[in-house]
Amino acid sequence: MRALLERHRAVLDFALSSLGRRKGKNAALLAVYALVVFCLASVVLFTQALRREAHVLLRDAPELVVQRLTAGRHDLLPREWLDAMAGLRGVSSVRGRLWGYLYDPLTRANYTLMGVQGVAPGQIAIGPGVASVTGAAEGDRLSLRGPGGDYEAFTVREVLSSDAALVSADLVLMDETKLRSFFSIASGLYTDAAVSVANEREVLTVAGKVSRLLPGARAIPRAEMLRTYDSIFDWRSGLALLAFAGAVLAFTIVAWEKASGLSAEERREIGILKAIGWETSDVLALRLWEGAITSLSGFAVGMLLAYAHVFLFRAALLAPVLRGWSVLAPDLGLVPYVDPYQVVSLFFLTVVPYSAATLVPSWRAATVDPEAVMRT
Amino acid sequence: MSRPRPSTAFLAWLALAYALLGAAVIHAHLKQAVRREALSSATALVRRLGLTDLCLFTEARYTRHPTQADSFAAFQDHPGAREHFPSGSLVSPPRRVP
Amino acid sequence: MIELVEVRKIYHQGLPDETVAVGGVTLTIAANSVTVLRGPSGSGKTSLLSLIGGMARPTSGRVWVAGREITSLPERFLTAVRRNTFGFVFQHSNLVRGITTLENVMLPAYPLGGSRASLEARAEGLLEQLGLSHRARARAEWLSGGEAQRAAVARALINEPQVIVADEPTAHLDSKASRELMGILAGLRTRGKTIVIASHDPVVYEGAAVDRVIGIRDGRLDGDGR
Repeated sequence: MRALLERHRAVLDFALSSLGRRKGKNAALLAVYALVVFCLASVVLFTQALRREAHVLLRDAPELVVQRLTAGRHDLLPREWLDAMAGLRGVSSVRGRLWGYLYDPLTRANYTLMGVQGVAPGQIAIGPGVASVTGAAEGDRLSLRGPGGDYEAFTVREVLSSDAALVSADLVLMDETKLRSFFSIASGLYTDAAVSVANEREVLTVAGKVSRLLPGARAIPRAEMLRTYDSIFDWRSGLALLAFAGAVLAFTIVAWEKASGLSAEERREIGILKAIGWETSDVLALRLWEGAITSLSGFAVGMLLAYAHVFLFRAALLAPVLRGWSVLAPDLGLVPYVDPYQVVSLFFLTVVPYSAATLVPSWRAATVDPEAVMRT
Repeated sequence: MSRPRPSTAFLAWLALAYALLGAAVIHAHLKQAVRREALSSATALVRRLGLTDLCLFTEARYTRHPTQADSFAAFQDHPGAREHFPSGSLVSPPRRVP
Repeated sequence: MIELVEVRKIYHQGLPDETVAVGGVTLTIAANSVTVLRGPSGSGKTSLLSLIGGMARPTSGRVWVAGREITSLPERFLTAVRRNTFGFVFQHSNLVRGITTLENVMLPAYPLGGSRASLEARAEGLLEQLGLSHRARARAEWLSGGEAQRAAVARALINEPQVIVADEPTAHLDSKASRELMGILAGLRTRGKTIVIASHDPVVYEGAAVDRVIGIRDGRLDGDGR
């Protein structure tokens, strides 16, 4: 056992000096490897953290949200629907939600307006994103442009906590009656309904009853809402595909570079090693160690940089991609989350192809006939 | 008179790097525990207002509330709207709700 | 020590460029002696040397080393025998560039997994014996031709082999360095080693310490000189 360890240590020493003799090339390989890992890991860490956040934040979302569709388009929902649903067995409460979108031409941002209780008619509570784009603070006056084109001024009663930015960034909370007059929505009509179901396991049953009871009703269970966030950035989606394709391309280039053969100098060295008594297996061990040095180092560096990028630098490089054309976007200060399974998968996804690319040309070279060296 | 072996330095560097990775995992774990309390204001808001979505993309309706959208929401604006907003390619509406 | 019986080596057998490098050689090399294979280029002495040293397998015939037949040994065992029994010195010193002389000397012993400290001590001892202590930490490419060949001899000795096989070791050395090298090789005999050298350099085959000179021409032995 000790001899085995000493053997590998000695081979490792030689592998390190071997890599050091071609510093530039090997430094470049290491950098590419680390970059590929960085890209993949950044996307993975980011999406995992986002999904986790969604699960934590939205676990208290309504068990069921019911919408109305007319001719395939979203429509307002009447009070009779709320009463009808309240009468269903299993439903503990039904609340009509009144909310909508507002485009602000001054800031070119979209806000989500919600009608709530407990806010005076001339006042609004705004999310931190709204405060940021408008420059408004508590106590200031903020003008909103109604559908008719007229501006209406409100006093900012409160700026919602930035801790809640991930759910509240673009919110504008307004008195419900005021919202109705602002959007000209008749009383007795609601945007949708939030339905509470006492027994979690009955949610789908209730959803089914609602769909049968009310023609045009579309019931969305909470589980489905959360599943939407699970599939966010899944591999089919643009961002993941782009990152993955880029990474695969980079790796292909690296593997090709490795597989395109050994230089004359490297071949000579292997010939010498064989001639002085190294077996084929010793030469392979050497090449494997060379590969391992690069991949183990590259992985660690790439992973650490990705962690810092996503959680310490707030995914600075990914944020613009996510932002798209939004004017208003929340601060991506995600809570660090690392799924060990993903890290291990990423490890094998990068180390294995690289090692294979290292091993194949090495095998050919390692079987060099030592006698050939005698003839040079 | 022996210089430190290259393998010693390398193994030390590896140990450090992977220890740092381990520390990052622990850091994340601790942050999760701590933040759960700090998230209480957010979860309170979710409960109070019955919120259903994270505010990630405010470009369009079906990107702002992806859980509420259906496959036709994009077309409600314009037949070609689906490809219109960049973030539309990142999120899809709930799968099992027709 | 080493015995060859009716050994032949044919390259590219069956092809248009078939070459008989060694044609039916029977030869015994005594232990603890200095033997020189003498012949011009193309005489087959390098091929014969590689057969003696277990670096190549004969096309036909048998080879014994220290009483053990190596002709039909599987590759793995042959390498082990070669590693433990032989040390090789080539025409060009064939040192690995970019590492020190000391590391070059230790290189053959790396796969054997011995303790690093004792390996370094052994290598330093060998370099001292060969007058190269002051060059131990120098990069191999900085050594002169003569120094490099001496380092190659030290490398050949690191695993304490019984037989040293040298192929034209003085080919690229001046006469002074050649004589020094021959002195070293001959001196190894007093340490119980068997030396086999292939060369057409008079400094080598006319050396006083040489026990036996075997002429070789066109793959066959001439008949013994001395």
